[in-house]
Amino acid sequence: MTFTRREFLRAAGAATVAGGIPAVAFSADKEIKLGSVLDNSGNLDIYGKPMVIATRLAVDEINEAGGLLGRKIKLIQYDTQSDIALYTKFAQQLAREDKVDVVHGGITSASREAIRQTFKRSNTLYFYNVLYEGGVCDRNTVVTGTTPAQAVEPIVERAMKKWGNKVYVLAADYNYGQITAKWISYYVGQRKGTVAKTDFFPLDVADFGSTIAKIQQEKPNWVVSALVGGAHMSFYRQWAASGMNKKIPLASTTFGVGNEHLALSAAEGDGILIAGNYSQESTLPANKQFLAAWQKRFGDTKIVHEIAVSQYQGIKLWAECVRKAGSIDREAVLKAIESGASIEGPAGKVAIDAKTHHASLDINVMEVKNQKLAILETVKQRAPSDTARYCDLQKNPDENKQYEVDI
Amino acid sequence: MDYAGVVGLEILYMIAFLALTSAGLAVVFGMMRVINLAHGEFVMLGGYTTIACYNNGINIYFAMLVVAPVVVGLVGLIVERTIIRFLYGRMIDTMLATWGLSLLLIGLVTLIFGNTAVSVPAPVSGYQLGDYQMGGYNLFIILITVALVLVMWAVLRFTRAGLIARGAMQGPDVVSALGYDPRKIYMYTFTAGAALSGLAGGVLAPLTGLLPSSGGAYIAKAFITVITGGAAVVSGTLSSAVIFGTVNQLVSFAAHPVIGELAMLALAIILLRLMPKGITGRFFRDGT
Repeated sequence: MTFTRREFLRAAGAATVAGGIPAVAFSADKEIKLGSVLDNSGNLDIYGKPMVIATRLAVDEINEAGGLLGRKIKLIQYDTQSDIALYTKFAQQLAREDKVDVVHGGITSASREAIRQTFKRSNTLYFYNVLYEGGVCDRNTVVTGTTPAQAVEPIVERAMKKWGNKVYVLAADYNYGQITAKWISYYVGQRKGTVAKTDFFPLDVADFGSTIAKIQQEKPNWVVSALVGGAHMSFYRQWAASGMNKKIPLASTTFGVGNEHLALSAAEGDGILIAGNYSQESTLPANKQFLAAWQKRFGDTKIVHEIAVSQYQGIKLWAECVRKAGSIDREAVLKAIESGASIEGPAGKVAIDAKTHHASLDINVMEVKNQKLAILETVKQRAPSDTARYCDLQKNPDENKQYEVDI
Repeated sequence: MDYAGVVGLEILYMIAFLALTSAGLAVVFGMMRVINLAHGEFVMLGGYTTIACYNNGINIYFAMLVVAPVVVGLVGLIVERTIIRFLYGRMIDTMLATWGLSLLLIGLVTLIFGNTAVSVPAPVSGYQLGDYQMGGYNLFIILITVALVLVMWAVLRFTRAGLIARGAMQGPDVVSALGYDPRKIYMYTFTAGAALSGLAGGVLAPLTGLLPSSGGAYIAKAFITVITGGAAVVSGTLSSAVIFGTVNQLVSFAAHPVIGELAMLALAIILLRLMPKGITGRFFRDGT
C-alpha cells in the first residue's frame, strides 16, 4: 500500500474522531477521490512502477492547477503486488469503503477482468489505461490504450513494403498474443502476403534455439514478434547472438512496452521495427513538457514507457470530462465522455469513441536505434476498429462483456 | 544435411545446458544428500555477478569464469556456516531453510538491481553452417561444459581430495574414523557446489535476460536431471543430461519447444518409476 506513514496516521486519527461524531460532518467529503490499483512490486512492477509515478504526476498537476471544479483530488493508491487476489480485494475496498469517484488501474487483462465487474456493480466509473487485446464492451469502462488493430496495420504495411510478402509470426501464448497473431495474418492476407508459420510460446519459454533454426528453414522475408515479458527477452538475444539480426529483419508489436530496448545492447536491438502509441523521442510539445515535469519531480525518465503515458493521459482525459460535465456524477461524466471528449497528451491526441468507449490514438512506426525508439512515421488517429466490429454502446448501453475478436 | 547438423548442435547445447546447470546441485545432493532449493538463486547470482563486473569494465570471460564462481562460492560458504551446517541429516528442515534462503536472495537482488531484465551481449559472434546462421556462443558453452565435466571427473577420480570426498559420500563414519572431519568436508563440498552454480550462471548470462526471479527457470530442470541421474555425481548427471537433452530437442524440432519440455518431464516420470534410485542406482554403480 502506498500510504505514507503520515497519511496513515491522519486517516487513522480522522477515523477515530469520526467514530464519535455523525459521519455526515466528515469534511474530507469535499475532495474528489481517485482510486488506483497497480502492481508497484512483484513480477509486473516493470510495468506498474512507472504507472504509479504517472498517476501521481497527473493528480499533482491537476491539483496544482487549482483542482477540479474547485475541489482537490485525493489519490487513493493500492499496491496489488502482482497478485490477482489483491486486485479483487482492493477493488472491493475502493468501491465499498473508500467510495471513490473514479478508478484508474489494472495492468494485465486478467487483472482488469478481476475488477471490472466490481466497479460495474457499484457504479464506479472505471478507466483501463493499457494496451490490450481489445473487445471489452461495457459502458462503465473507458479504455485509453491501443488495441491490436490500431498498431498492427501500420507495421504490417510498412514491413511488407520494405521487406516483402512472406512473414513468420512468433507470439505469446495467451489471449493478447493469439488475437494479435490473427490480426497480423488478416492484414498480411489483405495485402496478398503469406504467413509462413505462426508459433505460440508460453510466457516462461526462454530457449529459442530450435525456433531460430525453423525460421531459417522457412526463409521468410521478415519475422514479427508479439512476445511478452522477461523470459521472452531471450529470443531477441539469441536471435542477435546467432547473427540472424543481420540476415532477416524483425518487427514487433510489443517490443519497447517493457523498455526492452534498454535491456538489449545497441548492436542487438538496432533495426527492430515497432509500432506503438508512444516514443520518448516524440517532439510534441506535450511530450517535452511531460518529460520535464517527470524529471523535476521523480528524476530518471528512462523508465517512462507507453502504458505509463497511457495512465497519465487517461487521468487527464477523465479530468477534462469532469470539467466538461461540471460534475463528478457518473452519469454526467459518462455523457461528457460520449460527447466525443479528447485531449492532447504526450503521445498525441486521445479521442474517445462514443460507440466503444475506446480511444482513437496516433500510432508511431518506430525503429530501434542505439537503445532509443526513433520515430519513422506517425499515423494519425487510428480508430479502435477491432472492438467497433462488435461493440455499439450507443445502441446497447447495457452490454457488459468482452468479445473474443475473431477474423 | 545442414539441418541435421543444426539439430545435432542444438541437442549438444541442450545436454551441455542441463549438465552445466545441474553440476552444482549434483555435487551438493550427491555427496551430502542436502536438497538445496536455493540452487536456482545461486545460478542467478552468478549471472548478476557477471553482469555487474562487465558493466564495470571487467573482461567478460574473467567475470564469468573466475569472479562469478568465486563470489557465489563465498556466498555458499557463508550459507553453509550460518544455516546448512545446523541442519545436516534433517532433509525437510533443509528444504524449508533453503527455500526461505531463495526468497531472501530474490528479495536482496531485487533491492540492489531492481526488478528489471538485465543482460550482457554474447562475446562470441555467430557463424554459418551451410544455409544456417548459428549462435557461436552455444559452442562456447558446449566446450566449457566438456572441460568442466572432465575436470570434475579427474578431481574425483585421481586426487586425494577426490578420494576423501568419495569416501565421505559412501561412508561418513569410516572417513571420520580415519581422521577426517566430515563437517569440514561438507563445508568444502557445499562451497564447491555453490561455485559451480555461480559458474553456470555466469556462462549462461549472455544467452538469456536475467531477472531476480530467473532462478526458477533453472531449478526444475536441474532437479529432474540430478534426481534421475542418481547418486553418482559425474556419470549420473551426464547420463541423464544426455537422455533429457536429446529427447527435449528432438521433440522441440519435430513439434514445438513446449512439447519438448513436456516430453522431457514425461520421460523423467517413467525413468523414476523404473529406476527409483536414478540411472546410476542401476547402472555404473561404482562410478564417480
